[in-house]
Amino acid sequence: MAQNNKLLRIEDLVLHFNTSQGPVQAVDGVNFELDSNRAVVILGESGCGKSSLAKAILRLLPRNAGTYSGHIYLQGQDIMSFAEEEFRQNVRWGSISLVPQAAMNALNPVIRVGEQVAEPAIVHLGVDKTGAISMVKKMFQHVGVPEDFISRYPFELSGGMRQRVVIAMALVTSPVLIILDEPTSALDVLTQANIFNVLKRLKHELGISFILITHDIATSSELADDVAVMYAGQIVEVSDAYRFFDKPLHPYSQKLLASVPRLHSDKEPEFITGRPPSLINLPKGCRFADRCPARFEKCVEDPPVIEKEGRNVKCWLYS
Amino acid sequence: MISSVSQVKDTEKEESKRKILLSIEDLRVWFELKRFGFSHAGYVKAVDGVTFDVHDSETIAVVGESGCGKSSLMKTILGLYKPTEGKVVFDDKDLSELDTKGMHWYHSNVGYVQQDPYGALPPFMNVQKILEEPLIVGGIKDKEERIQRVHTAMDEVKLTPVDDFLQKYPHMLSGGQQQRVVIARAMIMGPKFLVADEPVSMLDASVRVEILKLLRGLQEMHNLSVIYITHDLSTVSYFSERIFVMYAGNLIEKAKVRQVLDNPLHPYTVALLTGTSEPDAKNAETLKELPPGEPPSLVNPPTGCRFHPRCSKAIQGLCEVKFPPEFEPEPGHFVSCWLYQ
Repeated sequence: MAQNNKLLRIEDLVLHFNTSQGPVQAVDGVNFELDSNRAVVILGESGCGKSSLAKAILRLLPRNAGTYSGHIYLQGQDIMSFAEEEFRQNVRWGSISLVPQAAMNALNPVIRVGEQVAEPAIVHLGVDKTGAISMVKKMFQHVGVPEDFISRYPFELSGGMRQRVVIAMALVTSPVLIILDEPTSALDVLTQANIFNVLKRLKHELGISFILITHDIATSSELADDVAVMYAGQIVEVSDAYRFFDKPLHPYSQKLLASVPRLHSDKEPEFITGRPPSLINLPKGCRFADRCPARFEKCVEDPPVIEKEGRNVKCWLYS
Repeated sequence: MISSVSQVKDTEKEESKRKILLSIEDLRVWFELKRFGFSHAGYVKAVDGVTFDVHDSETIAVVGESGCGKSSLMKTILGLYKPTEGKVVFDDKDLSELDTKGMHWYHSNVGYVQQDPYGALPPFMNVQKILEEPLIVGGIKDKEERIQRVHTAMDEVKLTPVDDFLQKYPHMLSGGQQQRVVIARAMIMGPKFLVADEPVSMLDASVRVEILKLLRGLQEMHNLSVIYITHDLSTVSYFSERIFVMYAGNLIEKAKVRQVLDNPLHPYTVALLTGTSEPDAKNAETLKELPPGEPPSLVNPPTGCRFHPRCSKAIQGLCEVKFPPEFEPEPGHFVSCWLYQ
């Protein structure tokens, strides 16, 4: 079976939230695949549903979650069919861990960071405290945190160090996949670049796969093997990073890439006119049509996902 | 971009002719640390010996990481902090000598664009009230005139149709629209000078460009002088003529935008440029060479050059002893680094 070769395969994943105005279609039929030891970047602007996608994969659902369906195959097993307890023990923080957005606030301020990093190992792997602390030391080496930081409190650490600690916490159970939700958006340039060095090294040394969720196109290229562009709850393009950054296919991706200011080029960055549609009242047909420069008659119908030279694009232009 | 390149060339010719609007002379802003609330425990030297001039209708970018003192510098320029030493001179008037009336005059001439638009707008006031407030404080008694000026300001920042927005509260606006309200508020008193503190760092990529273009349009239309404070080098070339790079309370490199981006001299500037990514799939293949460690504490900054503990090119016996003065290895390109003596 083809699906067994893939580390992760997501099929028709749907996550809606119920609100008083109607269902918010945050994740609406998402499909993509990830090989092992690769990194896929989910690119999108705020409100496109990319953080909800992370939550949907890890089944971290808020109380107002509505429709939640589809298939998530992790190493060939459909983890959507797991019962909650099985999912919690084996998947969440077992095979898949998460580096949450605003990782600075993800740490408990009154517990020493070493103990916080050890906790997932104690809970999931059943090791005792001394064993867990020695694992933490190893993890700290991987992410470049000095060993004696184990007995420090989060407030004694700089932003970059805290981010590394949170990455160590995600690593400690030796997951096969780490989901990074905007891991560096609040950090300085050099700290950001340092964190990406750490992530690249982890990918190389430990063979971990990453899903990097971000709106920052320029820094996303630091880790990307593949790029998936998300717009209004759907993935509109999936491509390998080389061809994507060279020549994206979907008009939205093209516009997005053109909006990035460059250091050594005089080319003026462009902006995209209009605003993304509300996820409650989605337009019929292509969701980007209103803002698309290449719009034509066909765009009133929902475009299919079209395969073009191994890349997937959801746009009528390529049919 | 073509327009601003030619603009840079023009300014080279006119540099000497243009009037100096703001002049900062050996500015030091130190905050006292106290132990148990009273006994002295040292100073945080947030700004430590900064000197520069801003000419009429010139845009300047101050680039630095968080904790380098760029926000303290900005707040001192805005008159919110008092300098420990040195002077801020605006339009030939020393800020420390202005009385309350003088400060009113100063504040009507200086606009401030905050970083986080949502935090900068009072949630209980609608757009009309937010924009009217500075006019009321500025002593414009005629309601008709105030409304008229609110309309003009909103037109300028393209919050149109104006009537749709007047009665809206900040939470009803998108991030980009909120930032437009903040810019309109900064512009409403007709300032000569604008301080923009990371005006686009909280916005999405596509909106970011829109706001930067708006700011540049306003700058050109009103011949504003602008200080643009940022940590993101990639946006500065679209907006500024000169870049000042700040590290641990000092300006370490000052030059025209293209000089800094194409030929950075200070090792810290080189590191900043290395750290800034451009969208390129090749990035994923290599590790970046970055200086080790983190910026120093401003309470006890390193002796000599403050970058020397992290610098791979540090000269032993010199860099850790003596603070580097400003050298000018190429015309108009100033750098505080012993490598260029």
